[in-house]
Amino acid sequence: MGIDLSLIWVLIIGFGLMMYVVMDGFDLGIGILFPFVPQTPQRDLMVNTVAPVWDGNETWLVLGGAGLLAAFPLAYSVLLSALYVPILAMLLGLILRGVGFEFRFKADESHRPVWDIAFCAGSYVAAFAQGAALGAFINGFVVTGPTYEGGAMDWLSPFSVFTGFGVIVSYALLGSTWLTMKTEGELQGRMIAIARRIVPVLLFGIAVVSLWTPLAHGAIAQRWFSMPGIVLFAPVPILVVATCWQLLRLLTGGADGKVPGAGPFLLALFLLFLGYTGLAISLWPHIIPPNVTFREAAAPVQSQGFALVGALLIIPMILVYTGWAYYVFRGKVTGSEGYH
Amino acid sequence: MSNIDPLLLARAQFGFTISFHIVFPAITIGLGSYLAVLEGLWLIRKDPVYLDLYQFWSRAFAVNFAMGVVSGLVMAYEFGTNWSGFSSFAGGITGPLLAYEVLTAFFLEAGFLGVMLFGRNKVGPGLHFFATLMVAAGTIVSMTWILASNSWMQTPQGYEIIDGRVVPTDWLKVIFNPSFPYRLVHMGLAAYLATALFVGATGAWHLLKYHDNPRVRTMFSMAMWMILITAPLQILAGDQQGLNTLEYQPAKVAAMEGYWSNTPGDGMAETLFGWPDMAEQKTLDAVEVPHLGSLILTHSWDGQIKGLDDFPAQDRPDATILFWTFRLMVGLAMLMLLLGLGGAWFRWRGTLYDNRLFLRFATVMGPTGIIAMLAGWITTEVGRQPWVVYGVMRTADAVSHHSVQAMTVSLAVFVVVYCAVFGTGLSYLVRVVTTVPDRGPAAPNAEDPTHRPARPLSAAPDIDPSPIQAAE
Repeated sequence: MGIDLSLIWVLIIGFGLMMYVVMDGFDLGIGILFPFVPQTPQRDLMVNTVAPVWDGNETWLVLGGAGLLAAFPLAYSVLLSALYVPILAMLLGLILRGVGFEFRFKADESHRPVWDIAFCAGSYVAAFAQGAALGAFINGFVVTGPTYEGGAMDWLSPFSVFTGFGVIVSYALLGSTWLTMKTEGELQGRMIAIARRIVPVLLFGIAVVSLWTPLAHGAIAQRWFSMPGIVLFAPVPILVVATCWQLLRLLTGGADGKVPGAGPFLLALFLLFLGYTGLAISLWPHIIPPNVTFREAAAPVQSQGFALVGALLIIPMILVYTGWAYYVFRGKVTGSEGYH
Repeated sequence: MSNIDPLLLARAQFGFTISFHIVFPAITIGLGSYLAVLEGLWLIRKDPVYLDLYQFWSRAFAVNFAMGVVSGLVMAYEFGTNWSGFSSFAGGITGPLLAYEVLTAFFLEAGFLGVMLFGRNKVGPGLHFFATLMVAAGTIVSMTWILASNSWMQTPQGYEIIDGRVVPTDWLKVIFNPSFPYRLVHMGLAAYLATALFVGATGAWHLLKYHDNPRVRTMFSMAMWMILITAPLQILAGDQQGLNTLEYQPAKVAAMEGYWSNTPGDGMAETLFGWPDMAEQKTLDAVEVPHLGSLILTHSWDGQIKGLDDFPAQDRPDATILFWTFRLMVGLAMLMLLLGLGGAWFRWRGTLYDNRLFLRFATVMGPTGIIAMLAGWITTEVGRQPWVVYGVMRTADAVSHHSVQAMTVSLAVFVVVYCAVFGTGLSYLVRVVTTVPDRGPAAPNAEDPTHRPARPLSAAPDIDPSPIQAAE
């Protein structure tokens, strides 16, 4: 047997989507936090912390789409058709958010609030749509043959609405801890306070999803609560609780009352990583839940192999120069700098 | 009817979103290379005019790039949301090509854009130039992959159909398919020409408004040189692509010419104007020039091509549309050639910056590169119909099974959002380029080295909300 191309591609796409969630997560989080920061100079500062990098962050989403089309065209066509409404909502949200970045600084004073609203609303819509799509994905799809035959609104369920809000809360945590790292003074203080309140809300959300999922899906419940699944899963909730506890500890200043730096952000990333991993273990190896596995949706070997050469050569280079760009724009962003 | 309507709506949606999108990358390709040339000239000659022009055009680049990114994201998902039949059938070929585009181009552009727009005080001049080069290269690499993908849909080869889907057998044949080199050259030149017309119109407008300064003169002069070189090359490239199309997609050429049937032994007339009527199967009110069609299409006096009558009715593209979009493109190309020659003439006479009639002409020509490019794309894409992969898969079999209602609502939302968002963006772009290009700070590194970046548009200083009045 040769190289397991499909397996490698699942890992690459999974990695790309995780990079997207993490990186555009804190960008979107900034828009989500806008209603809690009404002052224009502070909003400018928040946007300035991600201005040089947001394009690259969003590119991971394009890689997810193109990678899925290249390696699992069946999954790409069925999932995107089934998720037509949330995907379109996400794209429109990302359009408003993306141009909001650009236009809000340049609009006349009278138009500026419009682009503030576009930036904020776009972030909410995109985050909610991603979460709802995730919920619908866990719920599974009606598939007969190579096409999706369900209705346009089948994605909508109480569960998918809940996961929609869950993703908004997750991104808000990423955004607030990112800003805790990148700002100082009053804005940082406010972000710390917000992050502190988000942590228990998110913990509650994770708990609800963790109970709801096995109750609604027998197959997932069976995987969770039988050997060897239970051994694999047992550390996940323990790690989640421990991470949240440590996060709160850092945000309240720890033992010696220090102002937190990058710690909360890194812990928030880890928390998302845990949720992501738990999800992956639950659904493995299905790429169109509940029935189609990633091997059944695989592209021809010639397609997967050709694209894999590029992916393995180029993704490390991308990580290097993306890291360099973050390095160039490292450090705190303060009010006296950047845009006025 | 219920089967046709979602298809038409899906085509309308794709046509609408891609037409908006293509404008931005085309200008990004042209401006990216222009900025690289400007920065290179500045590094070599140390003439601050080039640096000032770099700063001026990088503002337009930033606005344009952002709109290209967000409108392009839609395209990456629309293949799946609206064309699931195509994606599951041909994803094995278009998918890897798109994946290479993302990996080799999109990340490169996005990764170095931040440094290019905000990093002048954070990295050395050499590294900054390198970032500009990487962004410019990214735009060209991106064009190359997407045109390989599109050309494969026009002239597919290097594949087999196994179990009802496309399996690539020879990637070199897939990428270097017969129409790819022609399309790549034609589109590359279109991007450069459209950008040169845009830059030239900007310079001409400032000259007309008496904003005469070395920066305005330099941009106008460079643009006129560029048009003089690229317009004739583009006409040549278009002719070559036409011959290539005649070889591989003869029905498309017959439709472009509104040409229905041959008279045995006689050369083809060229129909200058007329109304190809698909129902009546002839071209009404035709104004013809004998033998000109043979000369253009076969480069011989009596050559013949297949007419539309030689193809079954269900395999004919819509000649009414193609006939006119093709003529619009060619007509504009002739005007561009005239503009390039006019520029050379007035430069030789020493009145390039003073002849107000010519400056008005150059201003009016500003958007024609974009219009001609869109007309050309409509010609080649509508001309591929009724196929999505030429001769292999029909567009009707490619579309997702959405309801009329879902497609109508989504199309309406796209139209409203795109017109509002990108309409505003274009007005902002106009505002940026109608600001008088002033002298920048003497030396960039003299600025506060701790200066932080803001976002792309803040690469520009604040702009007066009414620059036109302010300038007068």
